[in-house]
Amino acid sequence: MNAIHLGSWDLLAAALLILLDAALSLALRLGVHRQILIAAVRMVVQLAIVGMVLRSVFAAGSPLATAAVVLFMIGAAAREVATRPRQRLKRHMNYQISAAVVACAGFATVLLALTTAVRPDPWYAPRYAIPLMGIVLGSVLNAASLALDGILDGVVRERGRIEARLALGTPFREAIGPLVRNATRRGMIPVANQMSAAGIITLPGIMTGQLLAGMDPVEAVKYQILLMFLLAGASGLASVGAALLAVRALSDERQRLRVDRLR
Amino acid sequence: MLSTSAALLSARGLRSPFGGPFDFDVQAGECVAIQGPSGAGKSVLLRMLADLDPHEGEASLEGRSNKAMPAPAWRSQVVYQAAEPAWWEATAAEHFEDAQRAFVERTMSALGLAAALLDSEIDRLSTGERQRLALVRSLAAQPRVLLLDEPTAALDPEAVARAEALLRSCLAQGMAILIVTHSAEQAGRLAQRIFHLDRGRLTTI
Repeated sequence: MNAIHLGSWDLLAAALLILLDAALSLALRLGVHRQILIAAVRMVVQLAIVGMVLRSVFAAGSPLATAAVVLFMIGAAAREVATRPRQRLKRHMNYQISAAVVACAGFATVLLALTTAVRPDPWYAPRYAIPLMGIVLGSVLNAASLALDGILDGVVRERGRIEARLALGTPFREAIGPLVRNATRRGMIPVANQMSAAGIITLPGIMTGQLLAGMDPVEAVKYQILLMFLLAGASGLASVGAALLAVRALSDERQRLRVDRLR
Repeated sequence: MLSTSAALLSARGLRSPFGGPFDFDVQAGECVAIQGPSGAGKSVLLRMLADLDPHEGEASLEGRSNKAMPAPAWRSQVVYQAAEPAWWEATAAEHFEDAQRAFVERTMSALGLAAALLDSEIDRLSTGERQRLALVRSLAAQPRVLLLDEPTAALDPEAVARAEALLRSCLAQGMAILIVTHSAEQAGRLAQRIFHLDRGRLTTI
């Protein structure tokens, strides 16, 4: 691939746009200039660190270092999933559910890609495993947090309806069914939208990156299609997993709705 | 008093952090009114009897412990009707099976409700209409024991009389009813016994 190498001066020219934003904010008294400048600096520092860490991990090619980076990413994604919903489960169940769902959905789809479509040598090659995990976790995070929020918020809102059905002898699974389907659907909609918009309304980020890096468009498209399928699968697993685990945490052996387990 | 063979519903050491312990028996065909100030734990008691809230102790139906049967089987025989009954479909009709239709229409007319209300949107019904439909819904489940939380609070005197007549005919058929009511008159008209609840403790009057 014949990527055009970017030098420091090229980046500085683009950084003028950040200053333009800040100037606009000052001129129009939007009050966001500090925020934009700080975010820009943060972004540069974060990405620089990631670049350097990945360079050394890629060069080392060690399974241990790869695993450490992947686990760190899963931990960060799980934390985000757990803290996004307004409602929290007691005894850190938010975190347990998020960690289980993010890890399972992430590993299942990335391992599938690494062993079938991509097949690097060795299979855990960090150059493939880490970026794949990164993009999959982005979707997993979105899907799982939407589904989890859907259930936790939903049981509070729908409590009367669910308990009215329970009180008439309806089994818990049936009484909670509409809420579970609703929350799961919420988790899966973003990736469905993403797939239908891909290429027409937006050029997906990965594909843009590969085109800029000099890859043939058709090859880039194939990668993008593969990734979309992975994201769709991961979103589905994450939505269903988060919804079902959250519902399980909110019920007990007597098929009661345990809203008292919310904080 | 502690012989469980004769009792339809019995409570033994029923308690939760919000009330109890409760020990009592209710016979088939008997109505017990529960009175007490707001927050005394009246709903807590009914919800424990329906096994909707975690609790210690035991409730049993004809001597059979609720722990000995699946929770849905227990709740379909010991039906709890909340003070503000919720609806999960758009119209009342969707809450009933086709096989229940004849019973539902008969019961609605006994309560002075037109059958056409079944197909109206729940949100358009008055509070009183919804409350009476909730009673129809609870009775359509054909419970052995009915736990009612202020079932006539939103009704005018005529509708109250109709509801009480309906409940009396259920009692005559052997149903047991526990009814939470603020009205001492209603308690006197319907109930053989009145339980007074205060700060989670029970005293029989």
